[in-house]
Amino acid sequence: MDGKAIDAQQRYQKLVKDNAPKPKVGRNLWRAFLVGGALGVIGHFLYGLFEAIEPTKGESTATTLASLIFIGAVLTALGVYDSIAQWGGAGAAVPITGFANTIVSAAMEFRREGLILGLGSRMFVIAGPVLVYGTVAGFLTGLAKVAIMNLLH
Amino acid sequence: MTSKRLGRWTVHFPGSPRLVSAASVVGPKEGEGPLHSYFDAIELDPMRGEMCPEAAERRFMEDACSRAIQQLALTSEDIDIFLGGDLLNQVITAGFTARSLQIPFIGLYSACATFGAALALAATLVDSDWVTTALVAASSHYQTAERQFRYPIELNVQRKPTNQWTVTGAGAAVIAKQGQGPKVTHATIGRVVDYGLKDTNDMGCTMAPAAADTFLRHLADTGRTPGDYDLILTGDLAAYGSKMFRHLVKEAGIGLGNKHQDAGQLIFSPQQKVGAGGSGCACVAVVGLGYVLKQMAAGRWHRVLLLPTGALFSPVTHLQGESIPCVAHAIVIEG
Repeated sequence: MDGKAIDAQQRYQKLVKDNAPKPKVGRNLWRAFLVGGALGVIGHFLYGLFEAIEPTKGESTATTLASLIFIGAVLTALGVYDSIAQWGGAGAAVPITGFANTIVSAAMEFRREGLILGLGSRMFVIAGPVLVYGTVAGFLTGLAKVAIMNLLH
Repeated sequence: MTSKRLGRWTVHFPGSPRLVSAASVVGPKEGEGPLHSYFDAIELDPMRGEMCPEAAERRFMEDACSRAIQQLALTSEDIDIFLGGDLLNQVITAGFTARSLQIPFIGLYSACATFGAALALAATLVDSDWVTTALVAASSHYQTAERQFRYPIELNVQRKPTNQWTVTGAGAAVIAKQGQGPKVTHATIGRVVDYGLKDTNDMGCTMAPAAADTFLRHLADTGRTPGDYDLILTGDLAAYGSKMFRHLVKEAGIGLGNKHQDAGQLIFSPQQKVGAGGSGCACVAVVGLGYVLKQMAAGRWHRVLLLPTGALFSPVTHLQGESIPCVAHAIVIEG
């Protein structure tokens, strides 16, 4: 490609960038805060309920998370969760209900290609990286903890 | 033998192949749009009673094809060749439709410019008497396109303002020399243009340079100006891409006046929350065959340039960091 063509390309790329609509950061922030916050409040409320029933703190936490995952899955199946996310952005994507949504939405999408090679193999198509790098991050954090503890002793 | 080539890149069709029938079938969202009264059929169930969206898309294409054939009181037995395409891997919508139609078939792919490629080839075959009747069709479906190019439908992704909404529907037309209908007079096949853009959330701006390239070469070959056309209809550049297209054409010293419109902007209204506008193979097909042909028949426009635009990437090349090559074909239709 000659210099003139490269120049035209670069000018065009800049023009597209300059004309691109600006993301509404302020609006997105308060919406994400409201949706994410609401999910947090629901989680806290559930935790309060389970604390009275479950024998240990750990078990109350686990039951709360399972309930939130269930809520996320049901809202996805009803076709509501993507609308909440369209409005609330990261406020709906980041909490554990969003994680449930990634798995359930993919499972729904690929159900027609069969239970094994469709649903079974592709339900983690979006959630997979979260699991892989979540595990890797957990492992590295564990290593760091052991190293620091040994240094302190 | 006289050459049918005009200039360097354009062909003209002295034998006057005509669009002797045309049909457009769309989904519910398109049916709520500003052009609803121009479509031949609006299906309220985008799934068409099928279990999977791919099968539903085939129903749209099959319906459009049958309608186009039946308008002429013909059967598929009477059609010599079927040229069709869609966005799906292995061009399955057109291939499976051809299985039902039992017409000799060539599947085409030019992404959202497929309808333009089909029309140009059909006109060439009919003009040169290789075939007497050719059926062309193109389809797309919101759900099949999302699934192939983006994410599961119910996933928590926020749409961006530059995102476009894939049109659910199909357009089909029969090209022949015998019969009534507007003539296909010229075609300029586009070359692939890549300005190094990589953002799949902004296909309009990515495709605009290809549209401008084909358009300018078409004008140079034919010696025409935008003033020679009543309408210049780009395929699916949508709001941001159309702005870029006008800019690039203006930069080349050519004024479009008020001649340019974009099918992606016409098919939906801003209230329908579709982002920048419509897209997909069906977008220019149903707007062209529904809205434009009916307006031409009513005498509003006489000579129209269709400029369908397509992005020739796949999710694989996108993940591998490649930029997006684009193409546009220009077809002149005259009442």
